[in-house]
Amino acid sequence: MKNFELYEPSNVREAVATLVKIGPKAKVIGGGSDLVAGVMKDWVQGNGMPLPDALVDLSTIPQLKGIKVDKTGATIGAMTTLTEIVESKDLQKQFSLLTQAAHSVASPLIRNFGTLGGNINQRPRCWFYRGAEFNCYKKGGDFCYSVGGDNRYHAIIGGELCYIVHPSDTATALLALNAQAKIAGPRGDRTVPFDQYFIGPREDVLRENILKADEVMTEVFIPTPAPGTKQAWSKLKNRQVYDFAIVSVAAAFTTDASGNWADGRVVLGGVAPVPYRATNIENQLKGKNVKNSIKQAAATIRTAARPMSMNAYKVDVAQTMVERTILGALG
Amino acid sequence: MPDYNWPEPDSAALVGKRISRVDGPAKVTGTAKYTYDVTRPGMLYAKVLRSPYAHCRIVSIDVSAAEKLPGVEAVYVVQGAGTEIHWQGDDIAAVAAVDEQTAEDAVQNIKVQYKQLAHLVQEEDLSKAGDRAKPAAEQVVGNPDEAFAAAEAVTVEGYYGTSVVTHCCLESHGFVAEWEGDTLTVYPSTQAVERLTGQFAEALKIPATNVHTMMQYVGGGFGSKFAVDRWGIAAAHLAKQTGKPVKLMLERAPEQMVAGNRPSVYAKVKIAAKPDGTLTAWESDSWSTGGMGGGGSPPMPYIWNFPHQRKRHTAVSINAGSARAWRAPNHPQGCYVTMCSIEDLAAKLKMDPLDLVLKNIALTGERSELYRQELLKAAELMEWKRRWHPRAQGSPGPVKQGLGLALHTWAGRGHAAECRITIHPDGYVEVSTCTQDIGTGTRTVIAIVAAETLGVPMEMVKLNIGDNHLPPGGSSGGSTTVGGVSSSTRRAAMDAREQLFARIASGLGTTAENLETVNGTVRVKNDPSKGFTWKQAAAKLGVNPVSAMGKNPDEAKGALTSSGVGGVQMADVSVDTETGVVRVNKMVAVQDCGLIVDMKTAESQVYGAMIMGIGYTLFEERVMDEITGRMLNPNMEFYKLAGLADTPEMVVHMWTDAEQQKRGVIGLGEPPTISPGAAIANAVANATGVRVPTLPLTPDKVLAALEKGGLA
Ligand SMILES: Cc1cc2nc3c(=O)[nH]c(=O)nc-3n(C[C@H](O)[C@H](O)[C@H](O)COP(=O)(O)OP(=O)(O)OC[C@H]3O[C@@H](n4cnc5c(N)ncnc54)[C@H](O)[C@@H]3O)c2cc1C
Ligand code: SF4
Repeated sequence: MKNFELYEPSNVREAVATLVKIGPKAKVIGGGSDLVAGVMKDWVQGNGMPLPDALVDLSTIPQLKGIKVDKTGATIGAMTTLTEIVESKDLQKQFSLLTQAAHSVASPLIRNFGTLGGNINQRPRCWFYRGAEFNCYKKGGDFCYSVGGDNRYHAIIGGELCYIVHPSDTATALLALNAQAKIAGPRGDRTVPFDQYFIGPREDVLRENILKADEVMTEVFIPTPAPGTKQAWSKLKNRQVYDFAIVSVAAAFTTDASGNWADGRVVLGGVAPVPYRATNIENQLKGKNVKNSIKQAAATIRTAARPMSMNAYKVDVAQTMVERTILGALG
Repeated sequence: MPDYNWPEPDSAALVGKRISRVDGPAKVTGTAKYTYDVTRPGMLYAKVLRSPYAHCRIVSIDVSAAEKLPGVEAVYVVQGAGTEIHWQGDDIAAVAAVDEQTAEDAVQNIKVQYKQLAHLVQEEDLSKAGDRAKPAAEQVVGNPDEAFAAAEAVTVEGYYGTSVVTHCCLESHGFVAEWEGDTLTVYPSTQAVERLTGQFAEALKIPATNVHTMMQYVGGGFGSKFAVDRWGIAAAHLAKQTGKPVKLMLERAPEQMVAGNRPSVYAKVKIAAKPDGTLTAWESDSWSTGGMGGGGSPPMPYIWNFPHQRKRHTAVSINAGSARAWRAPNHPQGCYVTMCSIEDLAAKLKMDPLDLVLKNIALTGERSELYRQELLKAAELMEWKRRWHPRAQGSPGPVKQGLGLALHTWAGRGHAAECRITIHPDGYVEVSTCTQDIGTGTRTVIAIVAAETLGVPMEMVKLNIGDNHLPPGGSSGGSTTVGGVSSSTRRAAMDAREQLFARIASGLGTTAENLETVNGTVRVKNDPSKGFTWKQAAAKLGVNPVSAMGKNPDEAKGALTSSGVGGVQMADVSVDTETGVVRVNKMVAVQDCGLIVDMKTAESQVYGAMIMGIGYTLFEERVMDEITGRMLNPNMEFYKLAGLADTPEMVVHMWTDAEQQKRGVIGLGEPPTISPGAAIANAVANATGVRVPTLPLTPDKVLAALEKGGLA
């Protein structure tokens, strides 16, 4: 691993000031399980992705940790660990979609280290990207190896130039819960709904979100779901121990008294470069009896999908998983 | 000199009982020190620059920038300008520096110009192999043409394969090397402490007497750790250049790329039977790779001696790290191809595969009666007859359940080994032999045999292993260790006991042949009131301990080991036919291996083998990128091993009848890892009604097979 300087700011302003001072070769670190134990250990670098010379450790800022739940919703500090989220009784009660998604991340050890901010902002797992020798678009190179290579785990929707799938399970759940991110930067704080947080390769192939190099995600806010909201999470893995999703589905929706879809979201992980909100499925269900219409609605994923040479199976899996997840939520 | 033998089972105090491994506490508390844990005063850390290309020539190499980096103490060029490199990850140059970071930085600073050459890294599509494919001569037994052409013949044709898998030792390969003058001390992570001595001496051109190798614990080998390897020699050179100890352990990525793998096999198979299921003919066209060397040639048909056979095998050399022995070399592949085609034939005949194999059991030769009994026992433990259903005729709904079976065999005769046992006057017993415990329980087995023979508690036995200055104890491979070291230990202990008797008999008013050791005492046979406690007896030795050597083999004085073990495994799986995910619900293993020294560690080998088997059957595969020639999953994230949550209910039944007791101690580490591939894959075929042709049985392949349909 490359040597680096470590900064330990005591508050967010100091952290941002350090990022501004050092510039793009400084990076914030949460638990470090991706940035240090992944990207830096494996020398994942390129022209568009220099390895950091300096790390700004957010664990020295106590305000960034903690879970608060009130009438309006849940506020979770970016440095809260995934384990803390999984174990929070308050979150389990009203935001089970998030606690389940967090529980499905990696292994207990990684969840003890991994923070919510780090999980949302982790870099993709594309096996070309993670190989030090592959200088692909995402690292500033001029090639995508997945198109002609083994793309069994790559995107079936929304790939262009780059075909990663967004790796974060919590991001998928948070988008379904209509959550928003609070961001601190040199120009002050801003709040960005997750609807607008993630960006695809067409917008900027070097990044997966709108966060700027001198900004820090400070917290996540999830509005209290409407009464009676059904929440469900499912994640299909090849094996039972730690594994990224082949496909995951996060659903949060309400139905009226006769079981018709009133409002809600269906979001898929593992299929696109961003957590993929399946608005076509939602639209198909709108006003209809969920139980009777879900099969047909889930099938619309087929029209959105443009599978690559080796990942058509994910389309079938996505369709099945959407159907099962929604039916599961109905109980 | 006594005639050597094993104690009768009913008189044994320890042999065959369930005894926890003696080094268990050290391992779980962390006091056990692995090579990875070795630190020496002033030790440097080495990192290796490795080829980024699968096939290339080194045009030039410039290490000056690396050498100038502060903290770098030496650079050693392993393969210099002009060398042709045949696989990604091959060693180019190694750097020794004061810490790991600096060594890695230095590696990044070595400038190499490569000329890329054409590569081949995938072998499943044989049509692309060109002159890399080397067909061996066709082998014919009987008259296969006639047998296939017979009017009554029922034939089935199928395609089966298993990908290359890697060893995934928890502790990667590596060494600590340290010189004192022209004497080299090495701490290796190895299965062959003693064998490395000569390898280092030869490579470094020093007398073998100047090499001292020592290792107490190793984090797995599975067949991949018998050699000094390029990086071991590099570590020794760097230590020489700097005059300081050097530690060189492989990173996970090179561990996966260059430190060994199991050859693949792909095969097109046609088999025939009479309408009643009697197997008649076998024909196979197979190919495999084990890297540049071309790879192994799995035994086919495995176990089943079809009367008529035609076989063609082609070795394909590809630009990827070389194969090494992998737990039961060649057998899992041969078993997979053979047992899958037999299961497919059973499906075509609409027969229960258990009935089909029982009907043909004579084709397995001299072991056939034992196999028959083992099959029936396994069937009982799996409730096969109650639960088996014809293909795809299980429960309705998307999740289908199915059963499958396979049989295997292995040799496992004890290797050559010597052992010295010393009985000290304070009663402690010292056993010295240069073997190593690769996790199989070797320490425990030696302690049991010594304690059993001398009638002392195991705590009185002190072991010295893992040091080439001790009597030669052999390498740990081929499941030959337990037979070798248990035999040499038994012989040494019996001789030492004899000597002890001779020295103290007169004190008991009798002669040596009238003495026995029982439960911590030395006493007169038929007169238990006359005797000493063990400690009293030992004290009679005065200042001169008793010491004896034991040696295996020494057939003239009785064989304590023999050869040939086998077993049957059955798997129960669930397949989600909408997602393609396979789960193993239960596995049953019935296994024979002669006289069992420790029932607990023996069963443990079978459990571990089945878990490893689930890994290579459902998840593991080396994925190579055709365009760049590089490995895509040289990590523990995309190279997927089975974990605890993937582990099913496992039932292990060790075969322990009088017949087995008489055969002496035979090896067990490898055989139970042979059958899982075929047993699980056959269960998946039984559940879904279709054959998923190649391992691993990942969701994409399961769904594709379901879409395609068909029997085989
Ligand atoms: C074997 C393995 C399996 C895994 N499986 C899964 C899985 O199944 N599902 C899943 O979702 N993830 C999985 N992961 C990823 C894992 O969850 C992440 O590594 C972890 O959540 C990252 O958290 P961290 O705090 O350690 O992040 P860090 O490594 O500290 O940071 C990750 C990235 O986020 C940035 N960052 C961190 N905090 C902030 C912040 N507050 N503001 C702005 N940027 C920030 C960092 O700069 C860095 O780029 C797996 C990882 C491994 C190693
Ligand atoms: S999919 Fe994206 S990250 Fe992967 S190789 Fe292509 S450009 Fe690189």
